[in-house]
Parts: sequence; C-alpha cells; structure tokens
Amino acid sequence: MALNATEGGDHIGSYRTYFFIWAALMLLLVATIVVAKVEVSKYSVLLNLFIATVKAGLVLFFFMHLKYENWFLKGVLFMVLVMLASVIGLTFSDVWYR
Amino acid sequence: MESTASECESFYHEKGKYKGILSWLMSTDHKRIGIQYLVALLTFFSVGVMLGLLIRLSLIAPGTFIGQETYNRVFSVHGIIMIFLFIIPGVPVAFGNFFLPIMIGARDVAFPRLNRFTWWTYLAGATLVALSLFAAGGAPDTGWTFYAPYSIRAKANITLAVTGVFVLGFSSILTGINFVTTIHRLRAPGMTWFKLPLFVWTLYATGWVQLLATPVLAITLVFIILGRVFGVGFFDPSKGGDPILYEHLFWTYSHPAVYIMVLPAMGIISEVIPVFARKKIFGYKAVALSAIGIASVGYFVWGHHMFTSGMSDTARIIFSFITFLVAVPSGIKIFNWVSTLYKGSIVGSAPIYFALTFIFLFSIGGLTGLIIGSLEPNLQLHGTYFIVAHFHYVMFGGAGFAILTALHYWFPKMFGRMYPERPAKIGWFILFIGFNVLYFSMFILGYEGMPRRYFDYPARYFPLHLVSTIGSWILAAGLAIIAGNLLRALFKGPKAPADPWGGRTLEWTIPSPPPAENFVETPVIRD
Repeated sequence: MALNATEGGDHIGSYRTYFFIWAALMLLLVATIVVAKVEVSKYSVLLNLFIATVKAGLVLFFFMHLKYENWFLKGVLFMVLVMLASVIGLTFSDVWYR
Repeated sequence: MESTASECESFYHEKGKYKGILSWLMSTDHKRIGIQYLVALLTFFSVGVMLGLLIRLSLIAPGTFIGQETYNRVFSVHGIIMIFLFIIPGVPVAFGNFFLPIMIGARDVAFPRLNRFTWWTYLAGATLVALSLFAAGGAPDTGWTFYAPYSIRAKANITLAVTGVFVLGFSSILTGINFVTTIHRLRAPGMTWFKLPLFVWTLYATGWVQLLATPVLAITLVFIILGRVFGVGFFDPSKGGDPILYEHLFWTYSHPAVYIMVLPAMGIISEVIPVFARKKIFGYKAVALSAIGIASVGYFVWGHHMFTSGMSDTARIIFSFITFLVAVPSGIKIFNWVSTLYKGSIVGSAPIYFALTFIFLFSIGGLTGLIIGSLEPNLQLHGTYFIVAHFHYVMFGGAGFAILTALHYWFPKMFGRMYPERPAKIGWFILFIGFNVLYFSMFILGYEGMPRRYFDYPARYFPLHLVSTIGSWILAAGLAIIAGNLLRALFKGPKAPADPWGGRTLEWTIPSPPPAENFVETPVIRD
C-alpha cells in the first residue's frame, strides 16, 4: 500500500486502497440489506449493527485518517463506541425479553 | 512585568469593534458571553417561577383561575422553560463560560467564535420555543417530555417547540465540545489534571455527557417532527413503530441530562465548601474522579423512568441495579464535603448557607431517588406527586441552590460589587422554609396516591395541596428578597476586592471584575 506523508503531516492514500475500501463498503451495504430482508433471527439487528460498525470503522480509519492519529484519539473513539454499544445493548435487554 | 492601566481595565470597559448592545452580542469574550447567558437564564427562571406559582394557585381552587386545557399548557411550558431554557444550560453556560478559562489560567475558551455561536443558537432555540407559546394552535400541552404517541397527534404547537429544543441541543453540544477542548488544550503551565479546580473537573465530565447524550435527543425530536409532518410511524404501532422506543430514546438523553444539570452544581459546592471551611477538600482525587464516575454510570440508568411502561422484567432488574450503582459516586461527594467541614473553621457567609442547603436538599432528593429506583416502590409511586417532589429536590434543591450558591460566591468577581450579607441570609432562610413546605408536602401527597399532572382531585388531598401552595408563596418571597438584594448591590454595592473570601483558585488572583484578557501574564502553577 503506497502512502505518502506530506511536509504538513497530511497522509495521502493510493487510489488502489481507496477503491478497495469503497468496494468493501458496497459489499457490506449489500450484506446489510440481505440481513434485513432475510430476517435470519432476532439477532439480525445485532448482525446489522456489527456490519454498520465495520463500515463506520473503514470510513473513519481510511477516509478520515484515524489510522494515522495517536492512541489518545483512537481511545476516545473506542470509549464512545463502547458507550453506544452499551446503550443499544441495554435497550435490547428490553426489546428481546419483553 | 509591570501591568499597564489598560491591561487591568475591567472587561466591562473593553473597547472593541462594536458599541452598545452589539458590543455584547458580537463579543467573543467568554465573560461577556457568560454574563449574557446568566441574564437570559435568570429571565427564563423568573417566567418559570411565575408559571409554577400559577400551577400551585390553580391547584387550591381547580377551575377558578384557569381551565383544564390551560392548566395542561401551563405545567408543560413550566417544565419546558425550566428544563431546556434554564437548568440544563444553567451552570455550564453562565458560570462555566465565565470561570472555566480563568480557573485554568487561560485567556479564553478554545473556540471563542464557536462560543458566541452557541449563544446565538441558544437565543434562536429560545425564540422558537417562545413562538410556540403564542402562535396559532396554542402552547404545548404534552408535558416537557413530549411523550409519543400523544405528541404526534396533539394539535398544539409541538413541532415548533420541539424544533426549538432541537436547536437548543446544538448549543449544548457545541458548548460541550468547546469546554472539553479548552480543558485539554489550554491549561496553564503546571496545571496538571490533578491540580485542576474541582469545578473544572465537573465541567469536563459534563462536557462529555453533553457531547455524547444530546445527539440522541436531537434524533428523537427529529423522529417526532417526521411523525407529525410526514406521518412516519417510528412510535406508532399501527405503522410498525414502538411507543416505548420513544421513551428509551428520550430518557437515554434526559437522564444523563440530569447530570448535565447536577454535576457542575456539585462542582460549585466542591469549590465553596473548602473556602468557607478554611480547609483543603477532603479526598480531592475521589471527588474529582467521582464526577467521571457519575457521568459514566449515569449514562446507563435511563430505564428507571420506564418501570411501569411495559418494559421487560429483565430490563427493569438491570436498570434498577445500575441505578443503585450511581448512588455510590454521589455518596462519595456528599461524604467528602461533610468530612471537609469536620473540624473546619467555618466562616458563616451567605455562600456557605446556600451550599449547606444544597447538601441537605440534594441528599433528600438523592435518597428518595433510591426509593423510586427500587422496582416495587416505583410501581406504587410512579406518576404521583412523590416523583414531582423528588425531582424538585434534585433539580431545585440541588442545581437551583447551587446556582444561588454560585451567584453569592462569584457575584463580587463577576460584577465587582459586594452585597449586604443580612438580606442574603434572610432571603435564604425564607427560601429554605418555603422550599420544604412546598415540596415536602408533595412527598406525602404522592405517598397517599395523588397523581401528578391532574387538574382536579378528591377532597381528601386538599389540605396538603393548600400547605404546598402556601409554601410556594413563602418560596417566592425568599427568591424576591434574594433577587432584590443582589440587584441593589449590582448598582449600589461597595466595590469588591480581588479576593473577598480567601479563595485559592486562580479567579481570586485577578482584579474584580476581571480584565478583558484575564491575566497580564500566563500564570504558572507550582505547588
């Protein structure tokens, strides 16, 4: 993967990388629709949330350059992710057992 | 370095690009923005108090003063104004704006223009809410919670009010971003995390809650607007929606919002107690980290508002358990404040009276919160006056009294004037009596089964309603004395010295009122 750091610290990814990430996002979008339509089980929502997390992660890491940031920024994002997952999890402690 | 006269000139006399009212509205000075917020907050608080008095008046003679529909609108607007326009923005935007940069040795917040934008956004949101009161269709009658499905179907101006609250939410999010960034990036040399004033710690925790919780409210309100305008059925079972989902989403924000209100209030108390006890705070690190503990755990307890909504038993047990957990960091704060007071040389000035009252009233509010956080009592007490009493003890007894504490503690610094102590203490005493007469009666009313939000009631509840209404008049008299005393001092009070109380934080090292850029030289914190 060819990556260049400019003098200002900006990172420019190759077209090849960006193309593969875009292709992966498209595949994951198809997967989201399939999971929603097929309704595999009551865990479909969980599966789709996982797919959404992967999609958001790809965008954040590659397109928004989180990949090149320090551990603190990644840690803050991880904390927010855990918080969001906990909130959704707690909501489903109602929905699944109602 | 010798300071010149212009460097020490108060921020009130700063000559900027604009004059008159524009010199305030266009200012990016955190102190000017803080003062403007304070004026707006106290104005809305006054309106909220008047509406509260009207509710109490109506309840001693139902139908005599206002009709049923008007009653529904009055208690809804009382809640919307008090919650969204006064107590949620409350401490951070007024006192946080004014004191956060000074307390960490900075000249301003990290994003001064963004700060001005939050103030304008707040004004825009407040204007929309105000419009919803007077536009055709009538003021909202849903209560401040805008519960679906009624809020989707109601004929009143719900869309306008909800849009106003949506805009206010953005003001809150941007303030949170600004404060978190300021605390990370603009601390003076030597101001390490565990040397931060405790008020700053609570603003930091609050900033994160504002940042993470408020977007949930925003999207929930958008769902209501989509439901009303386009008929989208997020919360309508006939369209595949779920009304309980609304409650989940609403309280996912609105319970953390309680901590947006109370955490910085606790920060004020943590500043005031050591100054007037003439001691260092007991267990600084525990008090600082308990703010983070409250913010983190408080994010996961929203379900206790929904024990009777039809939620699953599993969820009810989980939420009840987490609710008890959040009492631990709150308890740490209370015990540390009391331990700080122990064997202190307590100076009996007005701010400590208000601060001690905060501890007393907030403890009652917190402990009754544990009663209704338990499943069984909650099933009996939910939707009764017990809940009304509980949240007024937390909101008014807690956050409200903390704002009064801050007003009396920081008044000399903000306005450069001293106020007479005696009227302040008389006002405090009358307010304290009025508060307890007004709200403690509600605990008993609720325990006896009086439902909240009801326009009329069986005759057996009348005596306690009468006591409660008399309490509201005493409370209003106390507030009037306090307001009159401070307003008089604003114009006629003697000039305040830089440090009238013997405070140890950085705001007391600069003149009263502070100069435009706060510090002539950036302070260096050594011990």
